[in-house]
Amino acid sequence: MTIDPGNGAVMLAAIFLVVNAGLSLALQLGFVRRMAVAAVRMTVQLALVGLVLEVVLNSASAWLTFGVMSFMVAVAGYEIMARQERPFGGFWGYGLGATTMLMGSAIVTVFALTIQLAPEPWYSPRHPTPLFGLTPGNAMTGIALGLNALTGEVTARRRGIEAHLLTGISRWQAMKPAMRRAATAGLVPIINAMTATGIIALPGMMTGQILAGADPSQAVRYQLMVMFLIAGATGLGLIVAVIGGVIRLTDNRHRIRLDRLRG
Amino acid sequence: MTGSTEAAAHPGGLEIRRLTSAIIDVSGVHVLPGRPVALVGASGSGKSSLLRAIVDLDRNEGDIWLNGVRRADLPAPEWRRRITYVPAEPGWWGERVGDHLGDPGEDRSADLRRVLGLSHIRPEQPVEQLSTGERQRLALALGLSRNAEALLLDEPTAALDEDNRALVEELLDPMLAAGLVLIMATHDPEQARRLGLERLEIVRGRIGGDQPDPAGTGT
Repeated sequence: MTIDPGNGAVMLAAIFLVVNAGLSLALQLGFVRRMAVAAVRMTVQLALVGLVLEVVLNSASAWLTFGVMSFMVAVAGYEIMARQERPFGGFWGYGLGATTMLMGSAIVTVFALTIQLAPEPWYSPRHPTPLFGLTPGNAMTGIALGLNALTGEVTARRRGIEAHLLTGISRWQAMKPAMRRAATAGLVPIINAMTATGIIALPGMMTGQILAGADPSQAVRYQLMVMFLIAGATGLGLIVAVIGGVIRLTDNRHRIRLDRLRG
Repeated sequence: MTGSTEAAAHPGGLEIRRLTSAIIDVSGVHVLPGRPVALVGASGSGKSSLLRAIVDLDRNEGDIWLNGVRRADLPAPEWRRRITYVPAEPGWWGERVGDHLGDPGEDRSADLRRVLGLSHIRPEQPVEQLSTGERQRLALALGLSRNAEALLLDEPTAALDEDNRALVEELLDPMLAAGLVLIMATHDPEQARRLGLERLEIVRGRIGGDQPDPAGTGT
């Protein structure tokens, strides 16, 4: 049995935000504005995406599916750049995050569509669009954190890395500790999510499915599959992004090139 | 022009021909074995930038030969194994002293550390715990232990007291007599005199005027 919450019921859930806002004002915690903006933004974005998905799902057009996916990647690529303290200059600032995220997400989505779910036709948008919507969001966070850790690490430890280079080792050897830190920083959120899932947190997607009336064991299977795909997409995109970042932060004379960062 | 003709034209020592970077513009310097050089100049004149450019740590253009081998013909790591640069403020890539010493069998700096009065320092000590002077002497011991063909020292005794400065000079003296190729940036004319270094002045990134004369008789 599915209970469809009406618009009024949904808005009623926002009452707790109003309580929060009141507390913030009383205690001068100063987050009213940011929280209000985020809540309104979420409402507008989700309402719009609902409209778009309705059109996309009813159209079964490969082009429309592809168009929606491209838009998601374009926005996520921008988000990665915006989250960098010092992004790479020029095309790389946008391109490195966007292409690696696209690569990771595309590989796992194609894999899921061709081998695991195999809908007919493959572009029947009920499957690719939501699947592809889940992976870039998570890969985006991982890649943004990883690249930020990499550039921050090399900026902060430049003297030490150069001292290591002066012993006559290659840039890859000298950058190994920074690469390790970047990979850890980028993977911690998804590792934490996998660890906590099911014990202290019921995943939003699975909960939504069960609330909407799905069989719990089916919901669990979908959730597992999606988590594996997300972790895979994040890891693949992150590794390539970190390698690309090292290539950009050093040059073929094995020098540190912080001048290629903005700011 | 490559190969043997070039090598014959650049027999020994460190020869710099027209080296330019964002900061320096050096037209020609030739440091011969046994004719070590003191690089002098005001703060900000480009002493460290010149040394960094020679070991290819900063972007630069120009030709450098070391004992007949051209820099451009070697990968940068191989070049840096032949020419050691010890910065004024040494860098550390690990937490502990031991991270920088190599495996126990390969710890080639043990004797140098003892000579420089660092026997009391243990590998498990954090580098941060050492005094500024101890860190500078440790970096020098590590640099010297690499047995490079040429040595670039940036203010190697700036953080040292008189006794430790004497230790460093006593260590360098016989090496110089044995023909070590050395450029030492220094603010101390007395030190340059004690070590018998020829003066090479850098002014606003440029070197001109009184360069060491390869055919000269020394001072």
